Amino acid sequence: MSAIFDVRNLKKMFGGLAVTNDVSLSMAPGDRVALIGPNGAGKTTFVNLVTGNILPNSGTVTLGGEDVTRLGPTERVRRGLVRSFQVTRLFSEMTPEEHVALAILQREGRSGKMFASHRAMPDVMNEAQALLAKLGIAQLAHHRVSEIAYGQQRLLELALALALKPKVLLLDEPAAGVPQSDTARIEQAIADLPSDLAVLMIEHDMDLVFRFARRVIVLAAGEIIFDGSPDAVTKDARVRQAYLGSYADARSVA
Amino acid sequence: MALLANSDTISTAGDRRARLTRDAIGVLVILVLAAVGYFLFPNNLALLTRIIAIALLVLSLDLVTGYCGVATLGHAALFGAGAYGAGIAAAHFGITDPIAMLAVGIVAGALAGLVSGVVVLRAHGLPQLVLSIAIVHLAHEAANKASGWTGGSDGLAGIMPDAVFGLWQFDLWGRTAYVFGIVLLLVAFVILRQIVRSPFGMLCRGIKQDPVRVRAMGASVHGTLIKMYAISGAVAGAGGALNAISTQVVGLDSLSFTMSAEALVMLVLGGTGSLYGALIGTISFLWFEDVVSAANPFHWLTIVGALLIAVVLFAPKGLYGSFAAYLERRGRKGR
Repeated sequence: MSAIFDVRNLKKMFGGLAVTNDVSLSMAPGDRVALIGPNGAGKTTFVNLVTGNILPNSGTVTLGGEDVTRLGPTERVRRGLVRSFQVTRLFSEMTPEEHVALAILQREGRSGKMFASHRAMPDVMNEAQALLAKLGIAQLAHHRVSEIAYGQQRLLELALALALKPKVLLLDEPAAGVPQSDTARIEQAIADLPSDLAVLMIEHDMDLVFRFARRVIVLAAGEIIFDGSPDAVTKDARVRQAYLGSYADARSVA
Repeated sequence: MALLANSDTISTAGDRRARLTRDAIGVLVILVLAAVGYFLFPNNLALLTRIIAIALLVLSLDLVTGYCGVATLGHAALFGAGAYGAGIAAAHFGITDPIAMLAVGIVAGALAGLVSGVVVLRAHGLPQLVLSIAIVHLAHEAANKASGWTGGSDGLAGIMPDAVFGLWQFDLWGRTAYVFGIVLLLVAFVILRQIVRSPFGMLCRGIKQDPVRVRAMGASVHGTLIKMYAISGAVAGAGGALNAISTQVVGLDSLSFTMSAEALVMLVLGGTGSLYGALIGTISFLWFEDVVSAANPFHWLTIVGALLIAVVLFAPKGLYGSFAAYLERRGRKGR
């Protein structure tokens, strides 16, 4: 299948240091890719580069065949590149229903309307209700976000991303900070993501990575050192070296 | 499923009815208060009209500060733009129809809002506040220097508005001006209620709570805020025009820093992020100021200061905000 999302030779220097060095990756609709790497590997910079929050020194980012390298974050979102946040970013005084309705209206270019109410738009309300129901938080639709549990807020983050009908979804540690009792629901929600959606997940939890990903990319010191199947990643010598460092050497010597 | 869909539709319709009822009650309360003011204080209509004009300024400030989270101490610049716009139109261009003067004031306010929005929104937090102060000082100084147009420190006189629709002359007792002001306030209130509840209003509230999330939804934070600034300018401009029409003079104080700061104090007193809060804050502050300054001309500012400290300490959400929060808590206990 042709690539929906393509990153070519992306490079970002901070001072003399290349924090992202010649990174290339390509994703097709339906891909489930996990991006992993030790702390300081450059994952956050990579996310900021592809979402348009920082501009690269060289390289290109293509979305659905269109070069978006010089476009800002909001332009990329409108073209179907949507992200979730590692720490939830929600409107604490608003309800889940308002969140999702706003995202739907934004997607349809109706968020600037001044003399209408989303509650009087049955299509928006029905879609919002359906989406919240799908993620199992419909019963919280009218509660303030500040009053609902963190695990449910994470589900709302997913609902918000889906309401934008993305082509490519970047999930930044979707289960981070969620109590054990709620992770199953989040994993289920991730498993139920639309099958034609390309999903790139940045994650530390290897159990989740192995259950979710059909392809794993390992980033270390700003470079991709591994791109292959989940089975092969644990056996790869460079990956072990990157994760365990000299400790691995010490063990191999011993 | 059909049942579920039905109950949803009903709740949406019920919601709508509840909101319309609330709005109708709001309009009714304003009308009742207006009538009470008219009959109880027939000799003080000029003061009441001034309260309405300032209320429009505080409503306008609430739009950017309360709903969008933009810190500003320069909002009187928009009010002054409206006042001078309407005043100059009448005194220099012979546009003396009050509706036309109001329209000029609204446009001047919106333009001033657009310009100060572009400047103020370049910064965040304290620098933003400083920029807004700079704007009101610059506007004040510009009006002072351009005395050929504005009358400078003597004020702009010679504003003689015609009768409203050719029927109601502006009388010595200020009755026409008062009714004109009440109608203007009602129209502004109804329009603003619509706007703050609309998707656009929701977007603004979102920006106040987390602009990063709004951007991640693909919405333009800056564009939205600029639009709101222009709307806010139009409302403040309407207030300024009302002031020019009713007092028939425009002074430099109408775009002073003091006025900007007082408007913010009134908003905080009533409660930010609610149109009712803005109205209640203005009425209580100006009424309290009037009563206290008459009762104790030497120490009235001290007493006003003490009231403010008491409100900030004991009702940090403002008079209306605290009352609304109290009702919500009670409602929940009842449930």
